[in-house]
Amino acid sequence: MSAARRVYMDHQAGKPVDPRTVEAMLPYTKSAYGNPSSLHTFGQEAIRALEESRAKIAELVNAEKRESIIFTSGATESNNLAIKGVANRNKDRGTKIVTSSIEHMSVINPCKFLTTKGFEAVFIPVDKCGFLDLERLEKELTDKTVLVSIVYANSEIGTVEPVKEISKIAHSKNALLHVDATAACGQVPIDVKNEGIDLLTISSNDMYGPRGVGALYIKEGIRIEPLFHGGGQERGLRSGTENLAGIVGFGKAAEIAKKEMQTEAERLVKLRDRFIEGLLRPIAYSFLNGHPTRRLPDNVSVRYSFIEGESMLLSLDMMGVAASSGSACTAKTLEPSHVLLAIGLKHEEAHGSLMFTLGRQNTEADVEYVISLMPGIVKRLRAISPLTPKELNT
Amino acid sequence: MYSEKVMEHFKNPRNMGEIPDADGVGTVGNPVCGDLMTIYIKVKDNRLEDIKFKTFGCGSAIATSSMITELAKGKTLEEGLKITRANVADSLGGLPPVKMHCSNLAADALHAAIEDYYKRQKGEGEAKK
Repeated sequence: MSAARRVYMDHQAGKPVDPRTVEAMLPYTKSAYGNPSSLHTFGQEAIRALEESRAKIAELVNAEKRESIIFTSGATESNNLAIKGVANRNKDRGTKIVTSSIEHMSVINPCKFLTTKGFEAVFIPVDKCGFLDLERLEKELTDKTVLVSIVYANSEIGTVEPVKEISKIAHSKNALLHVDATAACGQVPIDVKNEGIDLLTISSNDMYGPRGVGALYIKEGIRIEPLFHGGGQERGLRSGTENLAGIVGFGKAAEIAKKEMQTEAERLVKLRDRFIEGLLRPIAYSFLNGHPTRRLPDNVSVRYSFIEGESMLLSLDMMGVAASSGSACTAKTLEPSHVLLAIGLKHEEAHGSLMFTLGRQNTEADVEYVISLMPGIVKRLRAISPLTPKELNT
Repeated sequence: MYSEKVMEHFKNPRNMGEIPDADGVGTVGNPVCGDLMTIYIKVKDNRLEDIKFKTFGCGSAIATSSMITELAKGKTLEEGLKITRANVADSLGGLPPVKMHCSNLAADALHAAIEDYYKRQKGEGEAKK
């Protein structure tokens, strides 16, 4: 589509790599090709860069030491490593895993897979804003529960979970707490020590670093089983020669996030709140998904009755705007988003949802542009829809 | 992902709307599944004199509804019943494989509208006896 203006507001699906990050990576894609495992000078230069990046990631989440950070190929691997790693290592003690109904597929599917291997997985419901049912969590925890795995903040609805409380509950029953902070890390301050997090999934691209890199924080003293067996890199927990250029970029992205997080979050919250108001107020039968304030700074998730999400996305794309939807029509499974169903939306409501995730490049003018488009798009699609009440089409 | 033709029909749907005194109405799909379409027909001398649609659904659902009204307008009822889902998809330059089943309901809606017309005719015939 050719549109005069191009506005990217799908940052949960992919973020542009920060040019400062690319700059930091360049030497490691061109001249610095040493293997961190080698003894010679080339290798030593590589290991220095690797450990510097590790320290930067550790600092971002306030890990007790840099060795607590294990580099992986991304959030999916980190989630798999945490869940299968803890489960397999502790199966003599217990075989129950407790998670939530609004997790990413890279948490849900490892848990489901483990149920075919003799483990039990329980998916705790959330309320209509997306907050975990803490009473239910407490009830499900037994002395057979080895792991609780909860998302820090879901990327579709932005709801920030009460991690500290969840940690207290999990630890009171001697279960470990894994937190998937893919969407949250770099946007909001995370402190693994203060919040009582035992394992934390971190993604590089979600903080404007390169793709194909992630990390898993593992609290000192916790032992897990690796997914890969090989040369014993990453304390034996992730064999395979390190993706050094990616890791260096990830480190730089973490350094920038730490420095700029507060200012950027304040800017985004202002944009987000104006955006939500502008998307909802002028249009009847429009609703916010998630919580009005306890949500990620970048997340705007709304729904419009009587119309379907993909047709809204196409209409926006024709005007140069990139967003996403929980509609089945945008999924491979033809099922609407499990997250939107979990917060109690009916199928037809989930189909009519629209998600914008803001980023560093978005301005007030971008937000006002999309706000100005939405009434026309909704009106046109409602005129086509047989579900629209007559009085709305005048 | 969509052909130019699909996007063109999505942007400028043909024959969109309702026919208040329609001779036959066919509705298929379900909002729960994400697609619902209604086809209205006006019949004169065994021909589809007028046809209109209303659709809740994704881009291809709207485009297929629009396309079937173009394909069917002016045709005899028998010809209308012979229009298939594949005809609709082909006329649009193809649909993404994942959309072939869920959003390609327009032919079914047209057939339902024609069946409804036949049913009403029969009903009137019987009423006259």
